[in-house]
Amino acid sequence: MTDDRCEYALRLGDNALILSHRLSEWCGHAPALEEDIALTNVALDLLGQAQLWLELAGAREGRSADDLAYRRDAGAFRNALLVERPNGDYGHTLMRQYLFDAWHIEALSALSRSRDAGFAEIAAKAEKEAAYHVERSAELVVALGDGTHESHARMQAALDALWPYAGELFLGDALDARLAAEGVVPAATSLRAAWDASTGAVFAQATLTPPASAFAHKGGRAGRHSEALGPLLAQMQFLQRAYPDATW
Amino acid sequence: MSSEWPLWEVFIRGQHGLNHRHVGSLHAVDAEHALRNARDVYTRRHEGLSIWVARASDIVASSPTDDGPRFAPDDARIYPHPTLRDEAGTP
Amino acid sequence: MYAQLVKTSRAKAPEEMSEQERAFQARIDRGEKIEPKEWMPEEYRRTLIRQIGQHAHSEIVGQLPEGNWITRAPTLQRKAILLAKVQDEAGHGLYLYCAAETLGISRDELIAMLHSGKMKYSSIFNYPTLTWADIGAVGWLVDGAAIMNQVPLQRCSYGPYARAMVRICKEESFHQRQGYDLISKMARGTPEQKAMAQDALNRFWYPSLMMFGPSDKESVHSAQSMAWRIKINTNDELRQKFVDQTVPQAHYLGLTVPDDKLAWNEDKRAYDFSEPDWEEFYAVVRGDGPCNRDRLGARVKAWEDGAWFRDGLAAHAAKTRGAKMAAE
Repeated sequence: MTDDRCEYALRLGDNALILSHRLSEWCGHAPALEEDIALTNVALDLLGQAQLWLELAGAREGRSADDLAYRRDAGAFRNALLVERPNGDYGHTLMRQYLFDAWHIEALSALSRSRDAGFAEIAAKAEKEAAYHVERSAELVVALGDGTHESHARMQAALDALWPYAGELFLGDALDARLAAEGVVPAATSLRAAWDASTGAVFAQATLTPPASAFAHKGGRAGRHSEALGPLLAQMQFLQRAYPDATW
Repeated sequence: MSSEWPLWEVFIRGQHGLNHRHVGSLHAVDAEHALRNARDVYTRRHEGLSIWVARASDIVASSPTDDGPRFAPDDARIYPHPTLRDEAGTP
Repeated sequence: MYAQLVKTSRAKAPEEMSEQERAFQARIDRGEKIEPKEWMPEEYRRTLIRQIGQHAHSEIVGQLPEGNWITRAPTLQRKAILLAKVQDEAGHGLYLYCAAETLGISRDELIAMLHSGKMKYSSIFNYPTLTWADIGAVGWLVDGAAIMNQVPLQRCSYGPYARAMVRICKEESFHQRQGYDLISKMARGTPEQKAMAQDALNRFWYPSLMMFGPSDKESVHSAQSMAWRIKINTNDELRQKFVDQTVPQAHYLGLTVPDDKLAWNEDKRAYDFSEPDWEEFYAVVRGDGPCNRDRLGARVKAWEDGAWFRDGLAAHAAKTRGAKMAAE
């Protein structure tokens, strides 16, 4: 594994880890029992994916997935800002999930054809899970967008609030360009058209209107995060930090 | 508060080509939602399974006792929801 | 257990029964299962609704104390295990609500009765989880106690309840092993971890003994439930069995059960032990435990906050149905 590849695996792993963590905050508090179970399945899938990507990312330096998850400070995390957004109401949580899932399925589908066998293997497994995630979150976005006056208003508010965090997923950088040139990963920008098409269709069906602005917050991949990540890590890493000599 | 999501019965055929078997029930707004919930609740999404869902109120059942009177169609539901509401209260 | 205070009347003597009741009792005595559409005494149905309802409520309220530690689980593996476990509890609640629904009550009605305080859940979930070791103690002690009760209920007389128990017991024994594994790691860990493990045992021991409910040896209350085979063992039998199973495990872990009177009694081939403080138990059941208001408050909040979601999905489904019918 080259430095580049480790870094890229970290991005994928951190996305899955942080989003899984956010979803796990709902466990026991979701709007219906069936939904509680279903959302936790997504959280568990993402947690499993995080483990695989982080193992891959840490292998060269002999760091375990746990080392990476529990012993890095916020500035060393490489997730997109979208996934660290606080849960908000259930509509925000589902909208964040859909925006991510619609990107994730395209990214994983391309990664499953990576020239790096390690990447391809993890992506192929994760792609099956992500296909179900996006089917689920898209159907919920459509139903709630089209549902009652209140559910429509909540979903539109969620889309307005989260839209500026979606663009970062498609921003290329030097690392991305190098790995894309090697055939290891898809260029970030190359995923945009498919995402635009699929989300456009879903939002139309959901009677939701994406904001016209193309403005995108960015910085997550460079370790410049929002204020939301610190408290999340403080909670997640508490035991490992407070009792560094312990094993669990 | 609006009305409750209806009850569905879930039937699953495992990998070995056996008949679909009743595994339990759940609540969902329509058939597609019921299928999705069934995957999440009863299969944890193992592949290769075939799932049937049916509205509980659409299932017609035989009379449980041979000597019982012939039941009216309305009485054929497995899961009647009448009468007991006020009596079930105190723990 | 998860239905600690389900009281029925004394058992009816055969001569007090109607012809139908005698036939019903005879079926139960033969070990037959009673199924939803079949005739059953009104009291049997009502008692089951209370018992299964309390059991279901306990599962979903029971998600909360463990859920409290999901976001702080110390490794990815432990987090996955805990997340899956708390999810299983939601599943158990779902199976049990469905079993109760076969008796002619809806899940929403049961949930409304939980929220209004008309129905209870197990007292154990009104105790807080203060350290990570508590998650081990809940698995080891609370699930251990639950299994004591639930294994025999797989043979209870009401078919849907018995079948739900079969499914639940499979998962529950898995949880208990995981809890024991967690706490043994703590008990053999650093001095701080060991102290946490001991502290967890100190705090959860008596509340776990309370899970079996007050002594019913002399009580007429459970006689009817036992005659109907919806209660299989007495509370005291199960409590004794739990103590006898758990004390050697505590010794093995190097932990001390917080009971001066605990001693092996060679004559009865079982442990003597102190009763829990039943005043405290009744206070917790009344609503004055450490977490009652928080627990119920969290459930009510989740329900109320989720109303727009449930209504939104239902409204979309109704529109879709309408559109389909218009097209046909």
